[in-house]
Amino acid sequence: MTPSAAAFRAILGKDLRTELRTLQSLPAMALFAVTTFVIFRFALDRTALSGSLASGVLWATLLFAAILGINRLFVAEREEGGFDAIRLAPIDRTALFAAKAAALLVYLLVLEAIVVPVFAIFFLDSAAALPPLLLVLALADLGFAATGTLISSMAVHSRARDLLAPLVLLPLVVPLMIAATGASEPLLEMGGPSYERFGTWLGVLGLYDLIFLLVGYAVFDFLLED
Amino acid sequence: MTSFGSGLRTLSIATVATMALALSLAFFYAPLDADQGFVQKIFYLHVPLAIVALLGFVAGGVFAVLHLRSGDSRWDAYSYVSIHMSVIFGVAVLVTGSIWAKASWGHWWVWDEPTLVSFLIVFLMYATYYPFRYAIEDRERQARYASVFAITAGAFVPLNFMAVRMAESLVHPRVFATANGGLPGEMMLTFLVSLAAMGLLWTTLVKFELTAKSASGQLKRLRRALDAPAPDGTSRVAPEVS
Repeated sequence: MTPSAAAFRAILGKDLRTELRTLQSLPAMALFAVTTFVIFRFALDRTALSGSLASGVLWATLLFAAILGINRLFVAEREEGGFDAIRLAPIDRTALFAAKAAALLVYLLVLEAIVVPVFAIFFLDSAAALPPLLLVLALADLGFAATGTLISSMAVHSRARDLLAPLVLLPLVVPLMIAATGASEPLLEMGGPSYERFGTWLGVLGLYDLIFLLVGYAVFDFLLED
Repeated sequence: MTSFGSGLRTLSIATVATMALALSLAFFYAPLDADQGFVQKIFYLHVPLAIVALLGFVAGGVFAVLHLRSGDSRWDAYSYVSIHMSVIFGVAVLVTGSIWAKASWGHWWVWDEPTLVSFLIVFLMYATYYPFRYAIEDRERQARYASVFAITAGAFVPLNFMAVRMAESLVHPRVFATANGGLPGEMMLTFLVSLAAMGLLWTTLVKFELTAKSASGQLKRLRRALDAPAPDGTSRVAPEVS
């Protein structure tokens, strides 16, 4: 195993183990999302959702829940001196970016595994949309992981870190949200899923993921210099 | 130390002259639009502003790349001032666009005009540049992170334009064909002169701001050399230009 791959595995394993033992982020994210569904039920005054309303509620909720996790992503590194340790270690710094993005991706997938079934039980009359929705979720999560890791690693060094990450992240993920809601809307339509422009939107999601993973890979080195 | 002030006078005069020419062409030479009449003249203001603002954002990203590659803080100052000026131009784009929308479609804001909506999102993205930058205290780190922001946002711009345009379910009738063929010669000429005038205006304002920043940086250094504390209220936020 190359040193970078070893570092990647070590950091990712550390993050997942810490989360498993302390349960700092995931339960909060899941609880937040479920409560938001309840709020939407009353704010929209609907007991069942379909089409654009369903995809809007789902994605807005997932986005804000994801931001909770993104805010906390680098807090341990900053407080416990992890950044200095990475800087001292003779490893490629992008291993940290890759590991953190992977950790965030795992968080988001676990979050959705809990929250999307709850959403279906609350608002949808059939679960037929869920299998194709998995693909949209996975691609959108990859985009969140790339941009979220990049922004979070910068925001954590600022005075207003909890404020800054959502502030910068929201406009940045607008294209991602356009594509994700665009792909989900026909899937969640009343009479069963339809696949209107499904492939196109998946293509946009893939392009977004690719671009921001490359940007993150290219610039992450500069974020750790000191 | 370089002076940013050189050539500023010539540039300012050229800007004023071109701007005057552009405005007189727009009002006296370019024909009235058959469909929209006089209101369409705002086109010569709105579209060049938007193009120059977007190019300024791109320039900010390019300067940011140069900054990260060379570590020279001068490029960071260029990047900052480019984005700063383009955000100001962006406000003007949104205001003129809104006026035009009211005049020709009857609403201050229309969601089915993808270019306008994309521009709004790009503007909102770059508006977060300031709180982002100023929340980072260490000067050197601030410069580096701001450059990373400028590059990320630069990659975001084309993607955003694409996504917003694709979200458009019904194709709004374009007021002006994008191909040159759609624009009569007189209008095209006026438009190009207006574009040049706007570009010059942007460059002049950027140069003015850089000059002012470099002067205040020199003043600060002189004060420090004289061991005189800086008076309260001096900006801690803008990048230092040497």
